[in-house]
Amino acid sequence: MTPAAIVVRDLRKSYGTHEAVRGVSFEIAAGEVFGLLGPNGAGKTTTVEILEGYRRRDGGDVSVLGHDPARSNPQFRERIGVVLQQSQLFANLTVREIHLMFAGYYERPRAVDEVIELVGLREKRDARVKTLSGGQKRRLDLGVALVGDPDLVFLDEPTTGFDPAARRAAWEMIRALRSLGKTILLTTHYLDEAEQLADRVAVLREGRIVREGTPADLTGGTEETEIRYRRDGREVLLRTGEPTRVLNELTTQALAEGRELEGLTVRRPTLEDVYLLLTAEEDDA
Amino acid sequence: MRLFLHQLRYEQLLFWRSREAAFFVFAFPLLLFVLLSSVYTGTYLGKPAAWAVLAGILGYGAANTGFAGLALLLVGRREMGFLKRVRSTPIPAHVYLSAVLVSMLLIFVFQAVAVLVLGKLLKSTPFPHQALSMLLVILLGAAAFAAIGLGFTSLIRSAEGSSAAVNFVLLPMAFLSGGFGPTTHYGRVLRTIGDVLPLKYFVQLVYAIYLHNHEIWSKPGSIAVVAAWGVAGALVAIRRFRWEPVEG
Ligand SMILES: Nc1ncnc2c1ncn2[C@@H]1O[C@H](COP(=O)(O)OP(=O)(O)O)[C@@H](O)[C@H]1O
Ligand SMILES: [Mg+2]
Repeated sequence: MTPAAIVVRDLRKSYGTHEAVRGVSFEIAAGEVFGLLGPNGAGKTTTVEILEGYRRRDGGDVSVLGHDPARSNPQFRERIGVVLQQSQLFANLTVREIHLMFAGYYERPRAVDEVIELVGLREKRDARVKTLSGGQKRRLDLGVALVGDPDLVFLDEPTTGFDPAARRAAWEMIRALRSLGKTILLTTHYLDEAEQLADRVAVLREGRIVREGTPADLTGGTEETEIRYRRDGREVLLRTGEPTRVLNELTTQALAEGRELEGLTVRRPTLEDVYLLLTAEEDDA
Repeated sequence: MRLFLHQLRYEQLLFWRSREAAFFVFAFPLLLFVLLSSVYTGTYLGKPAAWAVLAGILGYGAANTGFAGLALLLVGRREMGFLKRVRSTPIPAHVYLSAVLVSMLLIFVFQAVAVLVLGKLLKSTPFPHQALSMLLVILLGAAAFAAIGLGFTSLIRSAEGSSAAVNFVLLPMAFLSGGFGPTTHYGRVLRTIGDVLPLKYFVQLVYAIYLHNHEIWSKPGSIAVVAAWGVAGALVAIRRFRWEPVEG
């Protein structure tokens, strides 16, 4: 077992009377990509910004790379890279100049041109920031977060507002980061993003973790397979833990009666179903 | 020190790259000097009026660069989330802010030199006899107004409103303090208001040094008022300065 990069125990944070984070615990191993998934207002940014050292916690224990982020010090900040949910960089500097400016803040920065290459901005190296597209600016954000060669990278909703092509490009980049051995904590409210990128996912709702595990674990949590078909124009839905036997019976019977199983589908619940189920409980509350 | 010089270099690059900042902070006072020195003619305090205009513009420039320029720069960076981002890097807060302050100070020193050269060329105004006192007073003024600007950022809640807020303070203050030319013909009320403002005392210091060849120490009272305002600004800044955007 690799040592944990992040350990969070019973983390709590309130704004006034509103409890934004209500006892959250998780661990992230070194080199792991961990996804904090949840709808807007679930407490993702609050959690991440406590780990980054921006916000004070009201309760619980937190260790990030062996440091308490509430006592944020330069040694700690040498080792983290932060992409904020919202921030802008200087419009009048070039891509390379911004990277160089940030590289100067670190003891052992990564070669600037290498970082620019990694985030796919080589062609835009000498372009002013104001001439970049939205997706390119976000890549610049990531480049600036990587220039200090951090062990741990925080990405708060890295693709929110992207078009599909830009999202896929961003995913490629995040995969490239993982292959560099970086630990990554990413938040998202897109399920497919968590499914695509994260080794492990925690689903956050109203300040609590309602489910945690690998994307496969989360879907595997529901054992039922869904079988749908139409009979006499009516939709039939069967949920079963033994799909092989049930299907065999259905097809045998249909063949015997010379019928077609119209519109037959067999599916395992996706992470999306689980997610919708988990976050829909909100309405009952 | 390495970090400080690194940041100072980028502050200078950023300043001169941004045309609006370079114009309003650096060039605008020079333009005002050209305009005002052609309006105020005759003599003032026994010297050609252009000398007093020059001294006033140095005062205005200190407030314009140190107070307005710095406050706008920092609020802009704060609201775009940039200051917050810098906080996640290893550069210590005091090193970063010192580099920003010293960069503004440098810009004001360049500006003062430019005003003096321009005055000499256009109006044959002399270079100051008390050069050391002049340099010291310029540094004192720029530092005090920078501290006030730093404190003032905590009163500004958005980047959009920042320019209005800053000018709402700067322009009346400069007008009441003699930044736009001598105030002897102003009414009593206006002069009394000016009496509590730091810029008036700063302009008096510059008058004393530039018009009367006094040394900076000849006016300890004025130094004290300017410095006190600077300390007040710094105290507010220490308690209220924020790195994160004002949300909501
Ligand atoms: N600075 C703040 N002051 C007051 N309330 C806040 C603040 N930040 C977040 N909140 C509230 O806390 C809850 C969680 O917010 P946040 O952590 O930003 O969620 P997420 O990032 O998952 O959308 C929301 O209800 C939000 O309105
Ligand atoms: Mg958020």
